[in-house]
Amino acid sequence: MNLKRFNWEPYLLLLPSILYLALFFAWPMVQSFGLAFRTDDGQLTLAHMQRMFNDVGFTKALRNTVMLIIAIVPLQFILALIMALLMMERLRGSDMLVYIYSIPLAISDLAAGIIWFSIFTERGYLNSFLYSLGVIDKPFLFLNYQTKWPLVAIVLAEVWRATSIVFVVLVAGLQSIPRDYVEAAEVFGAGWFARVWRVILPLLRPSIQTALILRTILAVQVFAVVSAIAGRGMTVLANEAYLWYREYRNPHLAATYAMFILTISLITAFIYLRALRTKEEMIL
Amino acid sequence: MKQKTFSRRLIGRVLAYLLAILIALWILIPIYFITVAAFSPKDVIYSWPKSLLPQTISLETLLFFINAQYVLDSLWNSVKVALLTLVISLVIGAPAGYALARYIFPGKDVYRIMILSTRAFPIVILSIPLAVTFMQWDLYDKLISVALLHVAMALPTTILVTSSVFMGVSKELEEAATVFGCNRIQAFTRVALPLALPGLAASAIFTFVLSWNEVFAATILTIQNRTLPARMFVQLAASPIPFRFAGGFFILVPAVVFMFFIRRYLFSLWGITLK
Repeated sequence: MNLKRFNWEPYLLLLPSILYLALFFAWPMVQSFGLAFRTDDGQLTLAHMQRMFNDVGFTKALRNTVMLIIAIVPLQFILALIMALLMMERLRGSDMLVYIYSIPLAISDLAAGIIWFSIFTERGYLNSFLYSLGVIDKPFLFLNYQTKWPLVAIVLAEVWRATSIVFVVLVAGLQSIPRDYVEAAEVFGAGWFARVWRVILPLLRPSIQTALILRTILAVQVFAVVSAIAGRGMTVLANEAYLWYREYRNPHLAATYAMFILTISLITAFIYLRALRTKEEMIL
Repeated sequence: MKQKTFSRRLIGRVLAYLLAILIALWILIPIYFITVAAFSPKDVIYSWPKSLLPQTISLETLLFFINAQYVLDSLWNSVKVALLTLVISLVIGAPAGYALARYIFPGKDVYRIMILSTRAFPIVILSIPLAVTFMQWDLYDKLISVALLHVAMALPTTILVTSSVFMGVSKELEEAATVFGCNRIQAFTRVALPLALPGLAASAIFTFVLSWNEVFAATILTIQNRTLPARMFVQLAASPIPFRFAGGFFILVPAVVFMFFIRRYLFSLWGITLK
């Protein structure tokens, strides 16, 4: 009798999305494997992977990507935490602040790259500012790829652009912490720092985990910011995938790079999940 | 003793305000710079040292950008792709969101987890195999192919956002409508849909911005019919500096404006309550 009452409605409603994601999400993933591990006549091969690992561009791209992640993610996390804690202070005009702090959410990586290029370029705003302070008497070439400055500019651009998403996740998490806990700690004499360290951060764990996973995955695929600021002077993994597809016309190598990016993403997600173990699932 | 804690609190308040304003400036100043640059004439953009305040306001740079070859076409392409993406993801995503909001059924959790886990897969990995497939299907370098990929990217978000929109629309109202003689579909179109409309619109705008901003897939999937970010990206190194600044400004503005209009919806969807 159960069978008769079985409700098909939800499944019918889900069906289009399942089919769509199977066709345009799952199937390309499978094909990506095929491109990365097969020759043109369908033989399994590790040749593409070997070629990628031996490529000069690979080492550079991997090093730059890893350096960017190591620099960007902790900075973003600390800044976003400060921003989120400020929201808990019940400042006047905090609605306005939430909006301003979340503006960068809408800004594309390309636009962010161009904006920071306008600041760091030879006759840019930073040089003009330093000149007006009397620090320099002629423009300093920040975006010289033989120095570390392009990397600094990219880190700033990414911290500027993508801290908002971490902020949003952390604020949502903070607001779900009952105020009583924090107030109780205060009554028992805990200072501001102790309250944050002993009460807020432990309770914030699920949000921290979500934010870190989200950010690291996005940082692994950093792309347009790098080209907009450093031009051809610097390469990252996503850029190599682009170059192999577009310039060297080799979809196999491009797919191999894509697989590599995916592998790093999954490994980092796994590490965070182990390190900050909770039952919470990912939110937006 | 009391005096001391009071003055300490005061210092804490002042510091908090100062910090909050500093961070706001850190976000606003770069936007201010690119705006000034976009409204400066070319010779001011090339001048040294630059003034940090706007000198002469002119449309020269922006007009130069708009009138450059292909720019208007790619601007139009971007709008078309973003609209296609928005429509397809809403048509496919909203029913799924509705199902998640209204029904309890076996497999619901599996489906949710599947949707959530798509976030771990970078768009970079979708673009290359899809480019190869679209070439076989004769869809390569067509705007619809970019839109199809953008939908794959945006659909999980659309499903989760629309599900929380429908959760905000009381189920009782729909049930009441059926009591008063509506069938299931009428109850939905006459009661739930109008109430959910603002939320659905916010979700659609968010999808639009997502597609408008996307560079990698758009660059991989097109050659002639490029969207604005894709066009900007491939031409960037060869473009004069005023062109870059105006282009950056053009990509930036619609995104920021749209965000302004849907900010309250987004905050409530993300679980942020404003006072």
